Amino acid sequence: MSKEKIAICEDLADIMPPEYHELVESATFGNQDRGWKDIGSSKELIEQHSLCAGCPESIAFRYILASLPAPENTVFVGSTGCTSLVFPHVAVQNIHSLFGNQNAIASGLKRALKCRFPDIEKDVVVLAGDGATVDIGLDMTMQSWFRQEKFTTICFDNELYANTGGQESGLMQKGFVAKMAPKGKNFEKVRLAEIARESGCAYVAVLTVSKPNRVEQAIKNAVLVAREVGPTFVQLYTPCILEIGKQSMEGLDEMKDAESIGGRFVQKEYITDEAQKLLDSIKEETKARKKAAKEAKKSVNA
Amino acid sequence: MSHYEVKAGPEAFLPPAAATMGNVLPDPGEAHIEGRIVPEEEAYEYCARKLLEAKVPTIFPGPLVLWKWNDHVAEKATAIRELANAVPMRLIPMADYRPKYPKIDAAVEINPNHPNLTIWHNKIDVCIFVGVHCHQANLALKMIRAATDCYTIAMCAQAGHEDACLSFRDATPEKIRTLIKAVEKLKSEGVKSQANDFTQFKMDRTGLIVKPS
Repeated sequence: MSKEKIAICEDLADIMPPEYHELVESATFGNQDRGWKDIGSSKELIEQHSLCAGCPESIAFRYILASLPAPENTVFVGSTGCTSLVFPHVAVQNIHSLFGNQNAIASGLKRALKCRFPDIEKDVVVLAGDGATVDIGLDMTMQSWFRQEKFTTICFDNELYANTGGQESGLMQKGFVAKMAPKGKNFEKVRLAEIARESGCAYVAVLTVSKPNRVEQAIKNAVLVAREVGPTFVQLYTPCILEIGKQSMEGLDEMKDAESIGGRFVQKEYITDEAQKLLDSIKEETKARKKAAKEAKKSVNA
Repeated sequence: MSHYEVKAGPEAFLPPAAATMGNVLPDPGEAHIEGRIVPEEEAYEYCARKLLEAKVPTIFPGPLVLWKWNDHVAEKATAIRELANAVPMRLIPMADYRPKYPKIDAAVEINPNHPNLTIWHNKIDVCIFVGVHCHQANLALKMIRAATDCYTIAMCAQAGHEDACLSFRDATPEKIRTLIKAVEKLKSEGVKSQANDFTQFKMDRTGLIVKPS
């Protein structure tokens, strides 16, 4: 879907629910500078969600959807897990894949879109949980990185299988006791960011979703680098408050603790020289564009 | 395999998929009436009669005709509105396929997860599905047949729906207008619409601006 197609047929517009009128009138499709600050002042691309109250994944979804550089030309590939409950509520094209297959599906999709729309930059973004990314789908995930498939992989890391009651996952921290892992985990948390770097990802970021500006920057970097350079990976800590015994209001504190010095999710990035060069040039271009716009506005006012 | 008639329900908690009972889809130029393959012309008249006989005939337009994907779709939406005016029929959109918990507003929307609620609430006895994605239409059509006595008609842009009581295929604006002509022909012969009086609701960004009645 391109932004020109986000329009309702005139003859049936008067029976469409209000949220769709809002989507057409005040969503940020086509706005080059869209970001998390639009939340609250324009129509978001997520309408309700079916996650638990206070779930950090819902916050992550809102920030990611607000940060995509071109949502009208983006296709998400999801997988089994809590995230798959949200996609029916999202105003971005998306595909659900079999558990663990998401990066294989995304590889084919990206190539097909390249053939079908050679003149349009179509972004493919995989969004899956840690079970799909690291355990069941690690083969497909890594193979897509080895092949240098140009799309972004986002992993919602809640350190266990939350959707099915709290089983141990590869990203669970060592020694953690969960409802379905009563003996505690015997092994260290898989160092997925380092695996991604060594597997050929041009941009890798690990962070929590406690700070929207950081999430926005990581998502934008990942998508823009994936367009030009190669595969990118973003690992976001989205703790399952139910499975770690927290209250609805405690998700944010949990993330802040995890990102403090010595924590498991201190923010880190790995960027190749080529990717860094690209990001620097984009930054310069954006700066120049904004400056020109500001000056144009000034001259109009004068 | 014996011939399975796709009649209005309520049939059972879980009616069989018509395809599993041996029902096949019509070829181009054909339609099916209750599982029986017929020439399209026969289906137009039968459909028109069903619409005029109904107390609460309703069109459920889906995302494929609600959004302006291209000019062809916009033309189809115009034809759908003309059909609604010609019979007359209510329009209730299947704007999306979200589960919409805890509840949907059955007076002004329908979705494939709870189609029976909308049909019960509005006492709909004949409905037309148009512009609903195949898999969601199949789901909704089976649920309607399971739990309600509503007669379902599919104006399908592809190969038709065996789970509808009556299905056209390859629907275009021209075909919708052919159905309108069939309605007008019956009306000119003295067949009157039995539809209850109603007010078509209207919505904008602020919500309902004309309430349904």
